[in-house]
Amino acid sequence: MARAISTKRKSVNTAIAGTLGFLMFFPILWILILSFKTEEDAIRAPLQILFDSGWTLDSFAAVQARSDYFKHFSNSVIISVGSTLIGLMIAIPAAWSMAFVPSKNTKNVLMWMLSTKMLPPVGVLVPIYLIFRDTGLLDSRFGLTIVLTLMNLPIIVWMLYTYFKEIPGEILEAARMDGASLREEVLYVLTPMAIPGMASTVLLNIILAWNEAFWTLNLTAAKAAPLTAFIASYSSPEGLFYAKLSAASIMAIAPILIMGWFSQKQLVRGLTFGAVK
Amino acid sequence: MSTKASRSAARLMISPAVILLLMWMIVPLVMTVYFSFLRYNLLSPGATPWAGWDNYYWFFTDPSFKDAIWNTLALVGGILLITVIGGIGFALLLDKPMFGTGVIRIMVIAPFFVMPTVSALVWKNMFFNPVNGIFGNIATSLGFQPIDFFAEIPLLSIIFIVSWMWLPFATLILLTALQSLDQEQLEAAEMDGANWGNRFWFIMLPHLARAITVVILIQTIFLLSVFAEILVTTNGGPGTATTNLTYLIYVSSLLQFDVGMGSAGGVIAIILANIVAIFLMRMIGKNLDA
Repeated sequence: MARAISTKRKSVNTAIAGTLGFLMFFPILWILILSFKTEEDAIRAPLQILFDSGWTLDSFAAVQARSDYFKHFSNSVIISVGSTLIGLMIAIPAAWSMAFVPSKNTKNVLMWMLSTKMLPPVGVLVPIYLIFRDTGLLDSRFGLTIVLTLMNLPIIVWMLYTYFKEIPGEILEAARMDGASLREEVLYVLTPMAIPGMASTVLLNIILAWNEAFWTLNLTAAKAAPLTAFIASYSSPEGLFYAKLSAASIMAIAPILIMGWFSQKQLVRGLTFGAVK
Repeated sequence: MSTKASRSAARLMISPAVILLLMWMIVPLVMTVYFSFLRYNLLSPGATPWAGWDNYYWFFTDPSFKDAIWNTLALVGGILLITVIGGIGFALLLDKPMFGTGVIRIMVIAPFFVMPTVSALVWKNMFFNPVNGIFGNIATSLGFQPIDFFAEIPLLSIIFIVSWMWLPFATLILLTALQSLDQEQLEAAEMDGANWGNRFWFIMLPHLARAITVVILIQTIFLLSVFAEILVTTNGGPGTATTNLTYLIYVSSLLQFDVGMGSAGGVIAIILANIVAIFLMRMIGKNLDA
């Protein structure tokens, strides 16, 4: 029995939820505003900032000039996209075989892969750091990409597996009967059907890699530092820096915020390993 | 039906992932355990003699270890309390009919996508700073003495920041779970005269129980490893007031270069995380069968 809900009740709900939502979002909104202010204005009282100060793009230029922001931005792009693509190349065959040619070990393998994700990174900090130091991988984009690939590989395999599982096996069998080779089957039949699932896997993984802040902080210094590590350098301020911190932060979180909005639903699935759907 | 050929192809296709993860898991793990029994400091090169359980002994008797364990528990417990209760509240609220659902939901979820270093620095400077921060400004204009958050209530401040980032996660998952609840069941209960409190307690909460458990377990695993937020705000201080286990291990291995001691801490962290992981794995495994 569906009931009509009165407009008044809907308005009350909207007002309460809207206020709370605004409070949650406010810090992000606030740095967006501050990023368009001068440093002098950015530390004035909040009301003065809102109603009694001009707007400027100077902070964005200053951030770039001061520390080559774009280099760190591209580090973030290379590391997160790179680790996702490599991860995908390793994970697609693995997920395919577990979803369509399951054996009695499949479940154990899946669970074991997941268990590697439970290992706290700090537990292996020392060996990884020493291996990186001895092989010259410290502060290199390559090294960081490898670590993030391995870190997120279980999630990629797991997500792809759940998406592949939803594809009816009969379709693949029909392709096989028509004489498609294994390669053709994967490439021309499975892949197109799995594209939505793969797209959300890619999105979630880029988000996780972009925001990863344990390995990026411990394994990079200046050269390979992605945005997480670069922003951390603002923790020891010299002089006025609120507007610049805001500008740097807004540019760092904007791409991920947009991606995140698109992948809300898949996020639940990916982050709970299918335990909540 | 799978043929023998496709089965061996399948094994071939899964092997890169298995081998890589095996290396990623076993090699560093064995090294950590091995290092934890050595007297090994990067500042004193040369021999690294066997030390037996010494590192563990020193790590356990170090007064900062007790602080770190306590801080870790307070951090994880505090954040779980805030995010689970807040998450249930938000999920119930967002599940109601309203205007602009999409926009409101996006605003609530947004903090989850902010990288840890950004959220920590933004809260630290723009809100918690007693002179220039918004909270300080509000306090001053109302005639109160502004609080110096990171000096007076450092651990609570960090709990607050991390909760801001994880509340959206709990909300998102609990909301997803809530939306799978059969509406007719609720309406039937309502017609039978159950008030909102009864409906929440006897229908919604049991339905959410599973999702709540998942939220608690997953968050615990991530929260045991909170690091960046501490590094950029307090550096574990004042004193050891905000040093958690992860940060303590970072200090002894990468700042004091004591590989042996850091590794002993690492082993302890792994054991702690595993206790939680066992429960989580069991729940996920059950779901895999269904």
